[in-house]
Amino acid sequence: MRESLVQVNNLGIGFTSRAKVTLPILRNIDLAIGEGETIGLVGESGCGKSTLALAMMGYLKSGLRVLEGDSLFRGRNVFDMDKRALEDIRGGELALIPQNAGQSLTPTSRIGRQINESVKLHTRLAKEQRRERVIELLSQVRLPQPQELLNRYPHELSGGQQQRVAIAMALAGEPDVLLLDEPTTGLDVTTQAHILELLRDLATETGTAMVYVSHDLGAIARVSDRIAVMYAGEFVLEGPAHQVLKWPAHPYARGLLLSIPRLKEAVVPTSMPGLPPPPGGAGQGCAFADRCPMTEQLCRDKRPALEPTAMQELVCCHFHERVDQLPLPESPKRPDRSNLDELNNILRLENVAINYAKPSIVDQILNRQPDVTPTVDKIDLTICRGETIGLVGESGSGKSTILRAIAGLLPPQSGTITYDKAESLNTPVGERGKDLLRSVQLIFQNPDASLNPRHTVAELLAQPLKLYFGLGGDELRERSVTLLERVRLRADYLERLPSQLSGGEKQRVAVARAFAAEPELVLCDEVTSALDVSVQAAVLHLLTQLQVDHGTTYVFVSHDLAVVRALADRVAVLYQGRLCEMGPSENVYRSPSHPYTEVLLGAVLEPDPDAEPVLAAEDAVDLFPPAKGCPFYRRCPRHIGDICDNETPPWQPTGPGHAIRCHIPLGELLNMQYQSATTN
Amino acid sequence: MATTNNTDSGKRKTAFSTLQTVLSAMASRPSGLVGLILVAFHIALAIVSPAIAPYDFRELSAQIILNEPSSEHWFGTDNLGRDIFTRTMLGGRQALLVTTISTILAIIWGGLLGVLFGLVGGRLDEFLMRLVDAFLCLPWILVLLLIVVTVGSGPVVLIPTLGFFYGIPVIRMARAATHDVVALDFVTAARARGETRSTIVRRELLPNVLDVLLVEGAMRWSWMLLAFSSLSFLGFGVTPPTPDWGLMISDARSFMSIAPWVALPPVIALSSLIIGINLSADALAKALGIDRAQKAPV
Repeated sequence: MRESLVQVNNLGIGFTSRAKVTLPILRNIDLAIGEGETIGLVGESGCGKSTLALAMMGYLKSGLRVLEGDSLFRGRNVFDMDKRALEDIRGGELALIPQNAGQSLTPTSRIGRQINESVKLHTRLAKEQRRERVIELLSQVRLPQPQELLNRYPHELSGGQQQRVAIAMALAGEPDVLLLDEPTTGLDVTTQAHILELLRDLATETGTAMVYVSHDLGAIARVSDRIAVMYAGEFVLEGPAHQVLKWPAHPYARGLLLSIPRLKEAVVPTSMPGLPPPPGGAGQGCAFADRCPMTEQLCRDKRPALEPTAMQELVCCHFHERVDQLPLPESPKRPDRSNLDELNNILRLENVAINYAKPSIVDQILNRQPDVTPTVDKIDLTICRGETIGLVGESGSGKSTILRAIAGLLPPQSGTITYDKAESLNTPVGERGKDLLRSVQLIFQNPDASLNPRHTVAELLAQPLKLYFGLGGDELRERSVTLLERVRLRADYLERLPSQLSGGEKQRVAVARAFAAEPELVLCDEVTSALDVSVQAAVLHLLTQLQVDHGTTYVFVSHDLAVVRALADRVAVLYQGRLCEMGPSENVYRSPSHPYTEVLLGAVLEPDPDAEPVLAAEDAVDLFPPAKGCPFYRRCPRHIGDICDNETPPWQPTGPGHAIRCHIPLGELLNMQYQSATTN
Repeated sequence: MATTNNTDSGKRKTAFSTLQTVLSAMASRPSGLVGLILVAFHIALAIVSPAIAPYDFRELSAQIILNEPSSEHWFGTDNLGRDIFTRTMLGGRQALLVTTISTILAIIWGGLLGVLFGLVGGRLDEFLMRLVDAFLCLPWILVLLLIVVTVGSGPVVLIPTLGFFYGIPVIRMARAATHDVVALDFVTAARARGETRSTIVRRELLPNVLDVLLVEGAMRWSWMLLAFSSLSFLGFGVTPPTPDWGLMISDARSFMSIAPWVALPPVIALSSLIIGINLSADALAKALGIDRAQKAPV
């Protein structure tokens, strides 16, 4: 066995509560990381993965303390080191890449200077050599034109580029171990796939060991040699990545894997019931016993210990031999949509263009339109009653803008939006009738922001009920309780404030508030992207159930094609505010598809160790000047020539209700995509 | 009916318990505790002083002009032979009454307008804020003097005047706090639901800027006390013989060298009240989690 760089021995970390009780956050953690090894730490939020990663560099958040055990770096206990010694290893031999790189860069200092600073701190290079080294680092993280980048400020870079700069800074001290704390969460799918490939390459190039923390098994699967699944501050499963992902030996790991939506099949993923226990709430038995599908009395009485299996894994379960015999949980039935009819449409967008730029005063006086390219342009969409339509695209593709226009928050500049074949939705929200307002409801991405922190759940639900139905008193309360029941929350949640709810519960309240209006059309704006995978599955499940019960129509916006696959009957793909592809979802997820859809599909990460993402296009390009022809021409892997740059591509029908907007003749495109599929 | 009563009392209970937790959080720091005790002492004194004052504040006596502190007159007597202990006890009543009402006025009108500006945004907001800036440029003491001279002094004039002028900086604060909140999705959600503007201000914005307004109000209160005392000092605040600290300090100025005990009690009283309010405001900000010391940009 190789000598390990980081060795964590029986580590326990906790804090003392106000009631003077010591509550553990981490318990009995044993972990060894050898040179060049990549370990993925995975689990739901609050399971202690970030705490563990930070503890490896001797950092504890204020209030936390070591209860037992130690963490060694090259044989020295980091908790015994003095400040100087810690400063020496941090950033130098042990480097951290935080989740939000945009926030970790100083906004007022140029990129070159910031990287130079960390080079200066961790190496003894002379001034000229340092400059060389900065450029070398920038090219190492695959940033184009590093010379030019030196003089840019962080805000001039895209999110993916900022994350690369943060990686470059972490690499400055040629670290032996890189700690990555959710480094791709919050990035677009394509950007995420690129960053992960970069990390993989770096690991092989530099031989750096990595600790990769994430709630997303898809991302973990791509980079890790070994995976440790954490639950309630403990390792429940640890083993080779391939083994853990293919045959998870712990019911929790299995549940996590099952809650991830897959591209292959159009089913709503199954979710695990319940919530992880609070710190110190695990009791004497197995911490997972309350949520486990195979709990027996033994699980409640005796805490299982980590024990080795025949497959080089360590698992913490009394009955781990039986995990693979568990029946597959039933996934919720999606309503039957075989009889969708465009004539029976609930919403119709015709040639809609939307612009954020306000006309200047001069333009207003002369009553003319400003001469700018609209953010969203030429959108034609027909949404049938009772269906779910998915709007897919990267950030900046205009998907949320379209929702805002439908909701009346940002009236379109031109074109028409018609509701239920009669009423115009071009009017701003203030000019709409009460019934129309009631029929169209919006659910937001982040429930932390969409629920007023000063209102209790009862007050939050009362707002639409009072506004649309004029309810009050007992009637109001009864209705609120019914609504909570529909989203599977108990009536005693009425008196709670949003801060007393978990992320998933908050989003349920947000869903309940939208459904309080008894809407016909619900606009879902990335409703699951701020949530953990297991919670995401539960929310998707809930939305499906509500649709079955009420026949609601959804417009479901997401950047994640796999999530859209789970819910949508039809999918519209957007790039830079223009439609690229539109059709029934099973067709969109199959060839021939628009080159952009192909890029998006290739970048989806699946928790399958054998699946490999296909990175066909750059993840970021200049967007100026606006495209004259196909909006995707700068990134298109199948670019065929000047025609793409200068002429707007035509709609090519590829099947019933399915069309793509591309210059390449269909037969040729199909052939190309077939060939690249077989070579991969 | 019974249920509504129940929920009402439930709400009052939570409001009361919030007050309790905020107060205990404030008192948990030594500086906050000192501040709270000082403010409470002054308020209690202002309420009970007419009943417990040992002498009549108007009582003149030619025999005891500028007497040193004694067992009869604890703080001594002034140039007209009036008991300074009595006059100091009573000297804060008018100032506290006027400034408390003015502070509440300033917070209400400044807060509402600031939240509204923050919600409206855009060019109108920009224009109105420049107007606010213009008002803030005016040297307030000159404007106050002008008003007092033309309209006359007394609480009926001073309360609305102070309330108006000290509400203007509150607009600024409230607007800035609203800007932080207005971009959040729950405001967008309320707009998308079709709520009226007044509902959005009342239900969504005000509860979230209330913390900032309370701290701002406490700060404004201490500034206003200083302003009121300055006016009295200049002879435009309180009409004699009503005792007032500012007026007392002004009167005592001429005898400072021969009878320092005349000036000292009102100075200490006024300073302790202002220090108390400032300490409480800081503790309140810390208890509510909007610490100015941490947030200050410079």
